[in-house]
Amino acid sequence: MAKVLVVTSGKGGVGKTTSTAALGAALAQSGQNVVVVDFDVGLRNLDLVMGAERRVVFDLINVVQGDAKLAQALIRDKRCETLSILPASQTRDKDALTADGVARVMDELREKFDWVVCDSPAGIERGAQLAMYHADQAVVVTNPEVSSVRDSDRIIGLLDSTTERAKRGEKMEKHLLLTRYDPARAARGEMLRTEDVLEILSIPLLGIIPESEDVLRASNIGSPVTLAHPDSAPARAYFEAARRLEGEKIDVSVPVEKRGLFDWLFKKRVA
Amino acid sequence: MSFLTNLFAKRNSGAVARDRLQILLAHERHGDTGDSELIAKLHREILEVIARHVSVDQDKVQIKVDRSTGCSLLEIDVEVPQLQAPARQSA
Repeated sequence: MAKVLVVTSGKGGVGKTTSTAALGAALAQSGQNVVVVDFDVGLRNLDLVMGAERRVVFDLINVVQGDAKLAQALIRDKRCETLSILPASQTRDKDALTADGVARVMDELREKFDWVVCDSPAGIERGAQLAMYHADQAVVVTNPEVSSVRDSDRIIGLLDSTTERAKRGEKMEKHLLLTRYDPARAARGEMLRTEDVLEILSIPLLGIIPESEDVLRASNIGSPVTLAHPDSAPARAYFEAARRLEGEKIDVSVPVEKRGLFDWLFKKRVA
Repeated sequence: MSFLTNLFAKRNSGAVARDRLQILLAHERHGDTGDSELIAKLHREILEVIARHVSVDQDKVQIKVDRSTGCSLLEIDVEVPQLQAPARQSA
């Protein structure tokens, strides 16, 4: 039975799209059939981060409205054959997404894939609500920073009240993904500590993704960081998070950049 | 001296962030709509009562809320124009 996962946050710019791509690619590399779905109608970006922007013909709205078949809109990743993307529309309005239409597409996706990873738009409006409505599990992406934690708290409230699962009286599994984590600032006490965020939001920790240039470099070339730089610190953190999603129990740590001897010497000399 | 007090009194900004969030979220979790509706209602009704006796300029009303762990303080500042003679008679 397929699992539907929504990647959400409330606040924009915390790393939802990056995390959707990275987690989707990590799950797909373990051999599972994965589709990443962009719900950010009008401001789609998942296609760009996945490097599929020039291959988009039909999108989610075309499928929802019955103008295209699902198979026509799905784009298979060229680097990883078990990974597909369903892009959002760039030109249409978010009102073009009907609740019934989305439900039909989600049912069809559940049949075809092992994991359906939905990239939610920012905010708490219709688009975000539709993205989370059919989810079995949620990844709440949060930066260790006050406004992001507040918005995540709000989103957790919505996940527990407005989703299909909540309406059926079932529990929605929620995971916290702490992104853009800066170990140096954390050590100086200039950032909300992981324990503080966990205590405030009180949902289990899925992973800590360190702030890294590799993430930016990966999006520059249109590849999830788990495909472009699989040995980098953020990619290792995403791989571990994906394994936790599959039910493995692994202790959470903050992966650090691996430095060669040359880097180390050079760094010393500069300092 | 100030250097010394700074050294000892300085709190990590991360800890300040945690405390602020804990207070804020304790309030926000109470109701979905938060305090804003209650404050708007209090604002409206208090002004209605005052307006029955004196004419109040809406722009000269200031409402402040201060939330801390134990209690919330709602402060309403109404600038009342000089009382008219009839109002004084009725009082």
